[in-house]
Amino acid sequence: MTGAIFKDHASDRNVKAKWWTKRIVIYAALLSWTVICLFPIFWTITTSFKLAPDVMKGNLIPWWDFTPRWKGWESIGLSPRLIGEVSTVREEFLKRFWNSTVVSISSSLLAVVMGSLAAYGLSRFNYRFGFMRNSDISFFFLSQMILPPVVLALPFLVLYKSLALLDSRIGLILLYTLMVLPIVIWIMRDQFHGIPIELEEAALVDGLGIWGAFIQIVLPIALPGMVAAFILSLVLCWNEYFFAALLTATNATTLPVMVASQTGSQGINWWSMAALSSAAIMPLVIVAIFLEKYIIKGMAAGAVK
Amino acid sequence: MSTDGDLLHTVTADDISDSRRRLGKAMVWGAALLCAGLALWQMAFETGRVAHGFGTWRPVLYAYVLWAFALCAAQVIVNGEKGKRTLFVLPAALFVISLVVFPLLFALYISFTDWNLASPNGPQPNGWANMVEMWNDGFYWNALKNMVYYVLAVSLEYVIAFSLALLLNAEIRARKFFRVVFLLPLMLSPVAVSWMIGKSMLEVRFGPISRLIRELGGEPSFFGTPEIARFMIMAMDAWTFIPFMMIMLLAGLQALPKEVIEASKVDGATGWQSFKEVIFPLMLPVSVTAVVIRIIFKLKIADVIINVTSGGPGGATDSVTSFIFREYRDRSNVGYGTLLAMVYLVLIVIIVTLLLKLVSRWMERPA
Repeated sequence: MTGAIFKDHASDRNVKAKWWTKRIVIYAALLSWTVICLFPIFWTITTSFKLAPDVMKGNLIPWWDFTPRWKGWESIGLSPRLIGEVSTVREEFLKRFWNSTVVSISSSLLAVVMGSLAAYGLSRFNYRFGFMRNSDISFFFLSQMILPPVVLALPFLVLYKSLALLDSRIGLILLYTLMVLPIVIWIMRDQFHGIPIELEEAALVDGLGIWGAFIQIVLPIALPGMVAAFILSLVLCWNEYFFAALLTATNATTLPVMVASQTGSQGINWWSMAALSSAAIMPLVIVAIFLEKYIIKGMAAGAVK
Repeated sequence: MSTDGDLLHTVTADDISDSRRRLGKAMVWGAALLCAGLALWQMAFETGRVAHGFGTWRPVLYAYVLWAFALCAAQVIVNGEKGKRTLFVLPAALFVISLVVFPLLFALYISFTDWNLASPNGPQPNGWANMVEMWNDGFYWNALKNMVYYVLAVSLEYVIAFSLALLLNAEIRARKFFRVVFLLPLMLSPVAVSWMIGKSMLEVRFGPISRLIRELGGEPSFFGTPEIARFMIMAMDAWTFIPFMMIMLLAGLQALPKEVIEASKVDGATGWQSFKEVIFPLMLPVSVTAVVIRIIFKLKIADVIINVTSGGPGGATDSVTSFIFREYRDRSNVGYGTLLAMVYLVLIVIIVTLLLKLVSRWMERPA
């Protein structure tokens, strides 16, 4: 293999050229998909700093072909000029924002607690409820995933009306918990299968009960998985629109409903819509940038056995 | 997993006295009686047989929650150590049963009534009339047909997601940066996406994509003709959900045994050959999981459609969910809408079950 050492033969130079073309193709593909992913986000954020003429002329790059202005952000009361003043639009926006936060965090927490318990039980003990064995119970939980929201929406509408839960955060929290529970169980079951049973056996020998062993030994090990399940649930709950649109009217409306209700009426008033959309997507974009590891872990959990 | 008995064995001598057992049973039955009693009373009040009652059904709900807690506590009181094990699964099971099974039964009832929220009569059973109406409702069948198109689009999404996963798995610099960027669309709410892309970037006069097309000499029209409108909806949905499949496939790629791929290289396989003969077959289980889950998510598609086209032009982009949403929103037709939803549920259950059966037979492993 002298040619590999001296690299002066035509075929060796050929290898080099081939390697470079491969590199260039890979990076070109990566960069073009990066543009596809980022351009809509870039567009939304820059548009929120535009004025009417900028929108109509189609200016794209800030400071290059238009001067950023706070007009869009002023329309939701979040500009440097208005931040110290009392602003009803900002109150409105913050109320929706707070609703979204409370609803998505509490339902994710509830789902993670119940889902982890169920997944742990199913991965360690044999149950028999009537004719249902462990695999049937698992299937029962996971099969909730295919339940389309429309089927539940109208019965819940009527049910919540008679329970006075319509347009309340608790009503939404219950539904969202139900929606993400199968996903949490799916992720956590996988996590608990990966934890060796000998750990708990040792804890039991040392005198802990099964709940003690679960809380003191298993939970700390499974914590990263729980965080992954929590964040994935958070994303799903934060973005949920269908139930929120049907079951809330004024008090408990979440951000997606607010965004949707503004889309129709705005016309070419793009800067305010863009500011609202940017504010609605920003929390999760930040979550994605800093907690990307957990999101990927959560989604990978079920895929690879 | 077919081990007999528990994986985690516990040996305890439970010594439960008869009085303790009675206490547990009394708790459950007491709470159940309270709940049933309140429900009966409230029903009597609503039908006008009793003069005093509550304004809403809330107290019945509280009694039900009390019963659920009593049931959980009674497990430990009555069964001791075995009850503690049951306590792991019981809360989730109770939660799902009370939030799914009861509403489903209720939905079954209202789907055979002529209930319209605007009518003062309330629900009146009307037998098979809703079924007949559905049979003659062209828009519903059209929505079902659209769902077939939407589901078929998953195959293209799968190809793109697989190529992206391969790219991310190649030897590249700044892998973390690309991974975060490729993940971002999944984080955005479909409602925001429908404004960001559907309503502003694809806007015919000032949207940047329309501008680009005009520069290239075309005439932009994205939601005018049925085919293009449907394609645009698919593209927006794909844009948000491709990262989902991509991450699952990437995880699968990273779990592949390195030796096998090395061996195929040593045996002189070109890149394409080693993909076709080694990587793709090894990735089949992961691919199937990703595609099945994606199809399940796809069957719920609605947000983008509701917000961008609301089903138009002429129902070309309607999904079943968005159609029923409008049936309720615009016409308050609860009975008929629920029947459509129930039929859709039955169809989904049949199709997904068949799909899983096929897959597990084909892969010869439980899916």
